[in-house]
Amino acid sequence: MAPARDVAVVSVAQTAQRRAAAGLSETEMIQPAIRAALDRIDASISDIGFTCSGSSDYLAGQAFSFVMTLDAVGAWPPISESHVEMDGAWALYEAWVKIQAGHADTALVFGYSKASPGDLPRVLTRQLDPYYYGPLWPDSVALAGLQARAMLDAGAITEEEMAAIAFRNRTAAADNPNAQLRGSASVEELLATPYVADPLRRHDCAPITDGGVAVILAADDHARRWSDRPAWIRGIDHRVDSHNLGARDLTRAPSIALAAEKAGATGTFDVAEVHAPFTHQERIVVDELGLAEGTTLNPSGGALAANPVMGAGLLRIAEVADRISAGTAGRGVAHATSGQLLQQNLVCVLEGE
Amino acid sequence: MGQQARADDELLHAPLVIEYGFNRTTGPVVGAFLTGLREQRVLGIRGADGRVVCPPVEYDPTTGEPLTEMVEVGTEGTITSWSWVPGDREGQPIPAPYALALVRLDGADTAMLHVVDAGSPDAVATGDRVRIRWADERSGSITDIACFEPVGGAS
Amino acid sequence: MSPAESDRTLSTMPTDVWSQPSVDVPDLGGVEQVQRITVPASMRYDYSPGLTQTRFLRALEEKRILGERTPGHEDVYVSHRGVDPVTGLPTTEEVEVGPHATITAFCVVHIGFGVNAPPTPFVSALFLPDGAAVSLYGTVGGISHEDVRIGMRVEPVWVDDADLTTSMENIRYWRPIDEPDVPAEQLKGHM
Repeated sequence: MAPARDVAVVSVAQTAQRRAAAGLSETEMIQPAIRAALDRIDASISDIGFTCSGSSDYLAGQAFSFVMTLDAVGAWPPISESHVEMDGAWALYEAWVKIQAGHADTALVFGYSKASPGDLPRVLTRQLDPYYYGPLWPDSVALAGLQARAMLDAGAITEEEMAAIAFRNRTAAADNPNAQLRGSASVEELLATPYVADPLRRHDCAPITDGGVAVILAADDHARRWSDRPAWIRGIDHRVDSHNLGARDLTRAPSIALAAEKAGATGTFDVAEVHAPFTHQERIVVDELGLAEGTTLNPSGGALAANPVMGAGLLRIAEVADRISAGTAGRGVAHATSGQLLQQNLVCVLEGE
Repeated sequence: MGQQARADDELLHAPLVIEYGFNRTTGPVVGAFLTGLREQRVLGIRGADGRVVCPPVEYDPTTGEPLTEMVEVGTEGTITSWSWVPGDREGQPIPAPYALALVRLDGADTAMLHVVDAGSPDAVATGDRVRIRWADERSGSITDIACFEPVGGAS
Repeated sequence: MSPAESDRTLSTMPTDVWSQPSVDVPDLGGVEQVQRITVPASMRYDYSPGLTQTRFLRALEEKRILGERTPGHEDVYVSHRGVDPVTGLPTTEEVEVGPHATITAFCVVHIGFGVNAPPTPFVSALFLPDGAAVSLYGTVGGISHEDVRIGMRVEPVWVDDADLTTSMENIRYWRPIDEPDVPAEQLKGHM
């Protein structure tokens, strides 16, 4: 079913993505991005019909931490707002649905985290089944290693190809002033480094990042008023694979292919930004999306160059939208993932006029 | 981190420990599985397509229909994937290093997540045969399986 | 709510919609079934409140209550988080508030929760420090709970100087001072 309304990304802004946003609370960290996204289109919070954020209390070490962050929006007198305990890309989806339903014409969406105060690979174990997986405290890197091993065993990737994926992303990030890891050692040098969780080396893993991103959506004429070149959302869909890792073929993520189909992510794209926190996962995402050769892949450096958990998926949408609005791309696709081993996936197709 | 808040750039830090003592009901399927582990037996459940899912789930992973036929599976199995955990983190089932692994038990069609006490990454490979090493004290928990160990005792 | 309403069945779900068929389990020898498990989850953080709240906490160590406001805006926020929740703009101007304050809301607590709760009954309350736009949370002491009023003027009672830390716990409680109550209409917008 075609969307009822044309909705576009009209403004994006991100924080610097850094290992530790020392000296800043989460609220202070995300405030400049929210403010910049509004300022870019000369808007204020009173122009925004709906606000939705994505973040995690487990990362913040604080219950209902997102409520504090709303101070950075200017949430008093009360605004219409919601929150997802997921990547901000799912907050964007909720906002898009809200606009499609006619309950708002404009929306502010943001996703962020400070992963630095806790032990991220351990915190992420709390996403897992609490009966069979949680008591084993399987850290996120070792879990990703199971998936990488499955791909290596199946001949779906090689360690050289994994290193090349890290090299390409981090080399691309050299041009991204917001990225955390900019530039890369050579593939040969990367392969000479030790394993951190055999078969994964450090370069196979996304960095641990503090940061966030804010995006403004607008429908129809609202979008045209705010932007000379809105990045129209032509399709958006999200799907989920089983949380039962032992029942999955870990070399695949059918939910990506299904979300892509439902979002109309076929044909050619000038640019693709995919959310792959581990090198081998980029191969899975690209294969499931069926991306054609010649698509510029992760020009920002992707999650391997900066991975603010709960923001890195929304950041992919922002990076594609920014290029469309700047006129350097005509049509693009963004992918976001949430959960572990590409469990939940969102695909968003964006296009200029 | 020390107990005292420390002052680098005048910024306060403090250790914060958040602890949740979750007390969860198991329901009949998970409860039967955990009861089995306590008795040193492993149960799976037959899926809609006849395949045995272990650890057992209440609903078929594909069709969503309720599953009712629990079946006993073996205490030995085959590693279907693994990664190496070199360092200790709080809560791990055995001291590192060990392999995190997916193990398909004999008689099951899906794999169980657990750890293999293999000694070194050179001593473990996909396809290896492993068996359960039971915990001395068992209470009805996935950690009643202390770990898996290579069949033949090699490590 | 009428008695008839309060007696009604809470679930409105038809009985045949949600059901769980009984499960056939191999004979485990008549042992007691596991029905519950305890799964403790403990997480350690190196928590920092950020520089802004650090300034607030350091001032408390000196028995001062600091607020902040956005330049050009009237409202002073305490304890501040670095942004003005009305405008969303950074609060870069530091303003000392209190220590005298006005009770804007209170509650007589008869059931204690948590390890740090005072003996019951006690009065928890919101205290609007002089010069601030929002109230701080704390407890009332030095007065019978029956005599606590909205608009009552109070001051903080600090812990001994030797026990001062960078914590709200520096304020043991708030006690009345000999000043006339603030009329409720002057507290509008601060409740």
